[in-house]
Amino acid sequence: MAGKVKWVTDIEKSVLINNFEKRGWVQVTENEDWNFYWMSVQTIRNVFSVETGYRLSDDQIVNHFPNHYELTRKDLMVKNIKRYRKELEKEGSPLAEKDENGKYLYLDFVPVTYMLPADYNLFVEEFRKSPSSTWIMKPCGKAQGKGIFLINKLSQIKKWSRDSKTSSYKLGFCRFCTVKYTPSTSELDNMFVHLTNVAIQKHGEDYNHIHGGKWTVSNLRLYLESTRGREVTSKLFDEIHWIIVQSLKAVAPLSLQPVMNNDKHCFECYGYDIIIDDKLKPWLIEVNASPSLTSSTANDRILKYNLINDTLNIAVPNGEIPDCKWNKSPPKEVLGNYEILYDEELAQGDGADRELRSRSGQSLGPKAGRSRDSGRTVLTTWK
Amino acid sequence: MLQEESDLSLIIAQIVQKLKGSSLYAQLERQAWASLQRPEIKLESLKEDIKEFFKISGWEKKLQNAVYSELSVFPLPSHPAAPPEHLKEPLVYMRKAQGSWEKRILKSLNSMCTELSIPLARKRPVGEQKELLNKWNEMGTDEPDLSLFRPVYAPKDFLEVLINLRNPNYENGDSLSFRTHLGLIQVPLKVKDIPELKECFVELGLNTGQLGIDDSTQVPPELFENEHVRIGQKVLAEQDSAAAQQYIRQGSPTALRAELWALILNISSQPEDILYYEQLKTNVIQHDLLVDSLIYKDVKLTASNDDYYFVFEDYLYQVLLCFSRDTSVLSHFAYNSASPPKSYIRGKLGLEEYAVFYPPNGVIPFHGFSMYVAPLCFLYHEPSKLYQIFREMYVRFFFRLHSISSHPSGIVSLCLLFETLLQTYLPQLFYHLREIGAQPLRISFKWMVRAFSGYLATDQLLLLWDRILGYNSLEILAVLAAAVFAFRAVNLMEVTSLAAAEAVLADLSTLKVMPLLQIFLFATVT
Repeated sequence: MAGKVKWVTDIEKSVLINNFEKRGWVQVTENEDWNFYWMSVQTIRNVFSVETGYRLSDDQIVNHFPNHYELTRKDLMVKNIKRYRKELEKEGSPLAEKDENGKYLYLDFVPVTYMLPADYNLFVEEFRKSPSSTWIMKPCGKAQGKGIFLINKLSQIKKWSRDSKTSSYKLGFCRFCTVKYTPSTSELDNMFVHLTNVAIQKHGEDYNHIHGGKWTVSNLRLYLESTRGREVTSKLFDEIHWIIVQSLKAVAPLSLQPVMNNDKHCFECYGYDIIIDDKLKPWLIEVNASPSLTSSTANDRILKYNLINDTLNIAVPNGEIPDCKWNKSPPKEVLGNYEILYDEELAQGDGADRELRSRSGQSLGPKAGRSRDSGRTVLTTWK
Repeated sequence: MLQEESDLSLIIAQIVQKLKGSSLYAQLERQAWASLQRPEIKLESLKEDIKEFFKISGWEKKLQNAVYSELSVFPLPSHPAAPPEHLKEPLVYMRKAQGSWEKRILKSLNSMCTELSIPLARKRPVGEQKELLNKWNEMGTDEPDLSLFRPVYAPKDFLEVLINLRNPNYENGDSLSFRTHLGLIQVPLKVKDIPELKECFVELGLNTGQLGIDDSTQVPPELFENEHVRIGQKVLAEQDSAAAQQYIRQGSPTALRAELWALILNISSQPEDILYYEQLKTNVIQHDLLVDSLIYKDVKLTASNDDYYFVFEDYLYQVLLCFSRDTSVLSHFAYNSASPPKSYIRGKLGLEEYAVFYPPNGVIPFHGFSMYVAPLCFLYHEPSKLYQIFREMYVRFFFRLHSISSHPSGIVSLCLLFETLLQTYLPQLFYHLREIGAQPLRISFKWMVRAFSGYLATDQLLLLWDRILGYNSLEILAVLAAAVFAFRAVNLMEVTSLAAAEAVLADLSTLKVMPLLQIFLFATVT
């Protein structure tokens, strides 16, 4: 008997709740019989933890993978991608091809990253090679830009606490940080200059409440096509999709030791942070498991509402009570603004990737800009 | 027959006169001299050989483009005995209205000047010059105190002036008839109806492929888009202005648009153009003008708050500040009904030898002016090229949107065209809106004055401006305005106040321009 979908959430955000209510779903509590739980990252840990966790039944879906942190924790992401590359190399896969300098031709999209204090000596060596560059120090496991600082002198490392991690970028951020980026040392302490996280930007004096310093991906695309031509622009966006697909493959259960549980009860919406350098090459900075659902501007709210809407259409097809045994690809009409980047079934079936162009609108900036691309994974297509 | 011939020779003589002073002439001369070295140039057939050489080397094409450009911009000469004011504006009452409007603007500017005790112009001290030069690329981060400045006028002030325009020779009679115009504009200018517009915009018809319609994701590109792009590349290879203008009526592919617009506007970035821009930049550094503050204020109020254009804030200053100082813009006043405001060196009021135009380019910016530049930033990232394109767009098109004239592309005609289209083809809607005190023009005026910049999504705006260039006319703005009303007619019929009508039409950012135009012109029962 087709009943109404029962939902629970521990994130009180209107873009979520409005979407549930418009489908006529019924709100219940955690202890009752629920079909759909949109949970925060802390809660998922409890659900799947060895001591307190419980098994999900066939008619239950949650919005995170149990070990999503393999992708969303910066250090684990880097580790997994490095491991993935080595595996491909071992298999002799053409994807792992390197150029004459030893750089991966197709898989070089994570900026040079060192884990401190473990890699301290290696980091110092690298630092000395280009002493004028600036490095981002980012503590693991901290979200929303808290605890991040910048260094351009080795002596500044004393500031950080144990287990923090650095990643380098030898490029400037684009001017969307509402204060103009200057490489001068006095500005390094100015957090607003370098971080485009809205959480921090909001408190800068120049913050504009109408557009929030964000530019949509479609605007960027129009600008690049108009000024640099179609090939260059398509190449950039293809490379961004490639990064998304490869990073997911790196944590997917392809190899003998699956890293990420491919739990049929799970789907996830990732937020990809990508920097585009002045040669229009995209670099993966990090993947977020809980992209902000807070809306800073009116456009933002509409965008996020639509995003959740499309997500729910795919994850809970037809708005019916989920059945985890059901495993078909979502029909085209349901995708909304999502486009399928990679369909594993098809890939393994006829050896061809279905990589279509994707459209999404999220914050972005031209020239060495910081992008929040709504990475999407249609995980129900994975075997 | 004789009249036509003499007209033609007059036109030719004028164009030759104009081109003689241009850098193209100097270049052609140089090329001709240099070609004498070539083996194929023989003394016996010197003239033909040089002509042939020009044809092969592409110089003839450049000359053709220049001639075409002159024809597009300058109005055809009327009677040889006509005084120069007639070239600006043939109708006396329009000239008078424009004159008094200008007086008002100048008065407003002068009083702001006196109130704030700021000079119209001053030389910057050396320290300030250095500072400005240093932050030339990031003037957007400046936060000067602009609270005391206000825009000299806003579009709605201008609308009031237009509403009060009357032709003293036209007797309307007191009785209302079916021919009474129900709109706000009450001057009898000739405007096109839909059959005439269909003829004029024939390339927008249902059977012709369009970018903006036939390149949507559902349509396979082999049907139209690929071929259209191929033709566009060919047009660019040929460097033919006239062909480009014809081509762009069906829309321009995104990747080709920057070059196509430059070709149609006959802009090629020569070293002397870049030098000229640098000279203007030096002028900005050395002198501070009161209008600079007006420009800053305008950018901060409009483009900085716009989702699409805020990223280009710095470019806007770089273009507009230089534009104010560009005296070459003064030449467009020969065919603009407006005249540049005159100011006198202190203490020499009334003495013509001490008269200067203020600002140097004669154009006083109003609220929203920077939005003319903003969309161009999507196409050109090189400041001097961006500048040239904007200047040409201004002296060809934009100036008509804020001066009072009888020209078919002038704002008065556009308003009348809009109202007439609405009254003729959507009479019920027009009447309803009028009854509830929501005269349609009050809502659509601001769209047309800004050529829809800031109201449409950028990709749609660029498709619209493609057609402005393609048809060398602004009439399409009025047609689009009417088409928007037609599209939202159902909702508009239900509103009961001006505010509610404004709300229905507040957000145009989701509209697709070409389908709207096509339906309105070609698929509506007339």
